[in-house]
Amino acid sequence: MLDAASRTPLSLLRDWIADCAAPDAFAWFEGRLALAAADSSERDLHITLGLIPRRLGKTDLALDAAALDAAAAARPGWRPVDWSLDGAARLLTLLTLPAAEPGRFAERFKTLRITADAAELIALFRGLPLYPEPDALAWEAGEALRSNLKPVFEAVAHRNPYPKERFDEHRWNQMVLKALFIGAALHPIDGLDARANPELARIMRDFAHERWAAGRPAPYEIWRIVGPFSDDADAVADLTRALAAKEAAATELTRKAAALGLASSPSPEAKAHLAQSAPELKSAIESGALTWETLAAENAVKSANAAPDPVLPNATPAGA
Amino acid sequence: MFIDTHAHMISRTTDDYEAMAAAGIVALIEPAFWLGQPRTHVATYIDYLSTIVGFERFRAGQFGIRHYCTVGLNSKEANNEALAEGVMEILPRFALKDGVVAIGEIGYDEQTPLEDKYYRAQLELAKELDLPVLVHTPHRDKKRGTTLSMDVALEHGLDPSMVIIDHNNEETVGEVLQRGFWAAFSIYPSTKMGSQRMVEILRAYGAERVIVDSACDWGISDPLGVPKVAALAREQGVSEEQIRKATYENALAAFGQSGQIAENHWLDPDPIDQRTLYEGNSILRGGREPKIEVPGARRRESLLIE
Repeated sequence: MLDAASRTPLSLLRDWIADCAAPDAFAWFEGRLALAAADSSERDLHITLGLIPRRLGKTDLALDAAALDAAAAARPGWRPVDWSLDGAARLLTLLTLPAAEPGRFAERFKTLRITADAAELIALFRGLPLYPEPDALAWEAGEALRSNLKPVFEAVAHRNPYPKERFDEHRWNQMVLKALFIGAALHPIDGLDARANPELARIMRDFAHERWAAGRPAPYEIWRIVGPFSDDADAVADLTRALAAKEAAATELTRKAAALGLASSPSPEAKAHLAQSAPELKSAIESGALTWETLAAENAVKSANAAPDPVLPNATPAGA
Repeated sequence: MFIDTHAHMISRTTDDYEAMAAAGIVALIEPAFWLGQPRTHVATYIDYLSTIVGFERFRAGQFGIRHYCTVGLNSKEANNEALAEGVMEILPRFALKDGVVAIGEIGYDEQTPLEDKYYRAQLELAKELDLPVLVHTPHRDKKRGTTLSMDVALEHGLDPSMVIIDHNNEETVGEVLQRGFWAAFSIYPSTKMGSQRMVEILRAYGAERVIVDSACDWGISDPLGVPKVAALAREQGVSEEQIRKATYENALAAFGQSGQIAENHWLDPDPIDQRTLYEGNSILRGGREPKIEVPGARRRESLLIE
C-alpha cells in the first residue's frame, strides 16, 4: 500500500470499490475500466455507466474516518460521506477516460447529464471537484442548483469544495438561499462560514422577515450567517427576536441558533443581550457544549424521531 | 399493497399521488406514451424520457410510492418517420436506466406499415437487452390488432412470458391467456374496461397472468382504478389470493423479469434510496388501513390554505 500522502482520488476510489463489491462484479468492472481507459466508444461508456448499479449493486460505501482523511488529503475539501458503490464506480469510470483535447470532457459531461436518471445525476455532480478542467463545468454546476431534485442540488451544495472554489458571490449566495428554501441543511456546505458575506447576511434576514410575516418559523441556520455581520441595531434586533422565539412552531433549536448568532456578533449590545436574556446558553457556548455542530446533530436526532405526517411524509416543496 | 402497472403520472396532480398512497399503492409503472398531441422533435422526446426516469421518479418518492417506467416509441408517433428514426437511435441510452422495467408501450394504432416497422425494431431491442415488452393494443379494430401484436412478437422469437398485452377486454382476453401472454386490463372509464366488468372477468378467467391497471393519464381517468377493483372484487366474493395476484403479484412477476423492480424496494429499500429518492410509504410504516379517498377531498373540505 502506498503511503497516504501519495494517494490520488483515482486510486482511493478503486480501493473502496474493490473492498465493497463482490469479487466477480469487481472483475467485470475492471474490464469495463480498461475499455474506458482506451476510450473505446461512446456506446461502451454509456453501457458501462448503465450497467454499474445492475452489476455492482447500490450498497453504501460506508467509508470510515481514515478513508475520509485520505480523501481530504488526496483532494482538499473532498468528503465522500454517504456515497454509494454505484455512484463511486460511475465517477471512477469518468476519471479513467484518457486526457483529451480541451473542452472534450465538459462536452461529454453535458451529453451524459442530458440523458441521466436521478442516481446518475447525483453521481455526476458529486464528482465536480475531481474532473479535469473544472472551470468548463461551471454552467453545468448551475444546472444542478436549478434542479428540482433536492438530492441533485445537494450533490453540488453539500460536502463538495467546488462551489467555494469556483462560484462568485452572487451564485454562492443564491445557492445558500435556495438550500434553505428547499429544506436542505446549510452545515454540510463546504466553506459556509469562510464564504459568508454581508450581502448574504442581508438576504438571510430578508428571508427571516418573509417567514415571520407568513407566521412561520425561520430556519435556524439563518442565524449562523447573520451573526458575524450583525453590526447594526436592526440585525441585532432580528437575532433578539429569534432568541425570544415567539413565533408559532419556533423551537428550542431556534433559540440556541439565535444565541450562537448573538455570540458571534461584533456588536457589544448583542453580547450584552445574550448575557442578560439567556445566560445558560451563553455559558453553554463558552464551555463548547453548544456549537453549530452540536446543533446540527440535535436537529438530525429530532428529524429522525419526528412523527411522519399520516399521508404525506416529510414532503419537501416540489413546486417551482 | 397494490401495484399500478400503467399510470401516466406526469399528467397527474399531487392530490392523485396522495390518494394513491393512502389507498395502498406502493409502486407504479409509467409507460412512455403519447402526450395528447404529437412531438415534433427528437429532443423533446429525450427530455420526456429524462423526466420519467428522473423528476417523476423523485416526485413519486416524496409520496412514498416507488416509480418505475417503460421506454419506447409509441405507435402514433411511429408514423412520423423522421422522429421515429431519432427516437430509435436514443432509446438504447434510456433502456438501461435505473427502474426501466420494459420496452413499451409499443404496438399498433392504425396498423400502418411504419407502426409495424418500429414495433418490430423495438421487439428486437427488447430481446437484445433481455427486457419485457409492454404492448399497447389499438382502440380501433382491437381484436385483429391484438392478434397481430402477438403474432409479430412470436415471429420475432419473444417468449410470451416476457410480453404484457395491455388494454384487453372481454373480446381479447381469451386468446391472450390461451397463447401464454400476460393479460393486462386498464380500468379506464368509457373507452377501455370498467371495474364491474373486470370483476366478471376475474370470475370467468381467474387471476392467472391477469394484471389490473388504471392507465390514468391526461384524459378523464381514475388513478384509484386498481384499489377500486380490489375492493369491488372483495365485496363480491372473489378470493383474496386472486385479488392479490391481479393487483400485485402478477405485476411483480411479469415486470420483475427486468431485474429492476422487486418487493424489497418498498419493504426494505437501499439506504442510498432512503436518503435521496424515496420517503417511505406511510401505510407500510404506520399500520394505517388503506383507504380509498377521492383525490383532493381534504383540500376541498377546507377553505384554509397554509
